[in-house]
Amino acid sequence: MAEHYFQKEIETAPYEKIREIQSEKLVHQVRRVYDNVPYYRKKMEEKGVTPDDIKSVDDLHKLPFLSKADLRDAYPYGLLGAPLKDCVRIHSTSGTTGKRVVAFYTQHDIDLWDDCAARAICAAGGTPDDVCQIAYGFGLFTGGAGLNGGSHKVGCLTVPISSGNTERQIMFIRDLNATILCCTPSYAEYLAESMKEMGLSPDDIPLKAGIFGAEAWSEEMRADIEKTLGIKAYDIYGLTELSGPGVSFECCEQNGMHVNEDHFIAEIIDPDTEEVLPDGTWGELVFTAVDKEAFPMIRYRTRDVCMLSREKCSCGRTFVKMAKPKGRTDDMLIIRGVNVFPSQIETVLINEGYAANYLLVVDRVNNTDTLDVQVEMTPEMFTDNIGEVEARQKKLENGLKNMLGIKAHVSLVAPKTIERSEGKAKRVIDNRKI
Amino acid sequence: MSVKQISIFLENKPGTLQKMTDVLSKNRINMRAISLAETKDFGIARVIVDDDYEATQVLKEENFINSLTPVLAVEIKNEVGALSKTLQVFSEGGINIEYMYSFLSVKRPEHACMIFRVTDTAKAEAYLGTHGVRLLNQDELSEM
Repeated sequence: MAEHYFQKEIETAPYEKIREIQSEKLVHQVRRVYDNVPYYRKKMEEKGVTPDDIKSVDDLHKLPFLSKADLRDAYPYGLLGAPLKDCVRIHSTSGTTGKRVVAFYTQHDIDLWDDCAARAICAAGGTPDDVCQIAYGFGLFTGGAGLNGGSHKVGCLTVPISSGNTERQIMFIRDLNATILCCTPSYAEYLAESMKEMGLSPDDIPLKAGIFGAEAWSEEMRADIEKTLGIKAYDIYGLTELSGPGVSFECCEQNGMHVNEDHFIAEIIDPDTEEVLPDGTWGELVFTAVDKEAFPMIRYRTRDVCMLSREKCSCGRTFVKMAKPKGRTDDMLIIRGVNVFPSQIETVLINEGYAANYLLVVDRVNNTDTLDVQVEMTPEMFTDNIGEVEARQKKLENGLKNMLGIKAHVSLVAPKTIERSEGKAKRVIDNRKI
Repeated sequence: MSVKQISIFLENKPGTLQKMTDVLSKNRINMRAISLAETKDFGIARVIVDDDYEATQVLKEENFINSLTPVLAVEIKNEVGALSKTLQVFSEGGINIEYMYSFLSVKRPEHACMIFRVTDTAKAEAYLGTHGVRLLNQDELSEM
């Protein structure tokens, strides 16, 4: 089997070697941030920490956290770590949670990001022989630019098609023999659905791999996409705050994402006590970017609920693996006191044979929370027999209750009425007035 | 000798039924009969049209999920006791009715047509045909 590495030496380096690199970069980074970012210096002073206290990765826990609130307070230039004249680009989040983040990049930052994305493409089997179709949005969103840069570094023939225009997407995939597709998983699902409607079978589709990220998706959704498109689907993770897609990525094992540890140190903390938790424990994922210049995040709280594992991986990479995040601490809905993640609902829907396209409507009636799951009726699920349709609806409600631990009502809606997303899917409407 | 009924899934919200009938209207499809079944959460419209193939296609194109269901069309006299007499035959034959609706003939107002959905269509066809119940075929239905 061919070796799928972009930078083998570092990707397979012994753990001690990686720690050494991290320590060296961290010491330097903390000093630089302390000197150049008054906002973070103030935080360090409040905590009584100086750059001299940071001698290696072991001292990381002494440093203060940064959160989304800090990013908002410091908007736009407050966390800038390099002179503006050295910055060459910005990217920005979609602001779906109402807090738009603007991140800055020097050329050095772009280069290291491209390397990270290139590692992800290689891990998915990408080589210069591949045609890589980038159907992530281009523009302020990091998805398009990140994979585009990575694809160039690998030497793939890059198709920067951006998102949308499904017919054109399918035409390019078929006419140019695209072998790798990069987009959000919900868009991949939509493309798969469209190709199926056109009567195309996996044999008619030249794709062999997909790199999907920027939103939560379940194993069931992966199986569905892999089957319909006849590909292997790989997860990729990233945050605009840290650069973009490529902070971590899946290898052939497809059971967790290797963190690019020479650039990012991952920690798991208890979101309430802020204490660092051991590997194998679920908690909030925290990242420190050790060599980014323009936007040097130190102990940035991602709000992703995640777990780290250092078990030996058959792919040969030594980078720590992070689990697929269970959800976001801010995606998480609290309904009748129970934590509900949209990804759990998706799992049930796919298991019961429905599309992963759904809308959750949360409301409060007579001081009790209600959860309505709107699901599209499918030709396979429809029959003239009302009792049978109701029984299927009931089965789905029971499945949801088993998974979530609370009762949910299922509303069957007409096909194509739930908005398809070309970027991040909006799946929750919370009407509660608290 | 069953006939085809189109069963259409209807989301439970104002305007859905109108949207559905509008699709048929725009495509110049005339309904012979229609019946609505509803639950708390959704509805099913059951319609009889002359050209079921075209109707299912245009409905599908407009995202109305539908399926064809075999039903029995029975011609009865438009007079007191006629339905009861017919149902007597159903009872004797042990034929289980799931639902039923009716319409009057335009051309022969002394006749009505009853649409039956039964549990075992094939068995019902065989029994009713040999026990004096007049089953209509698709063409006869169109002529009513």
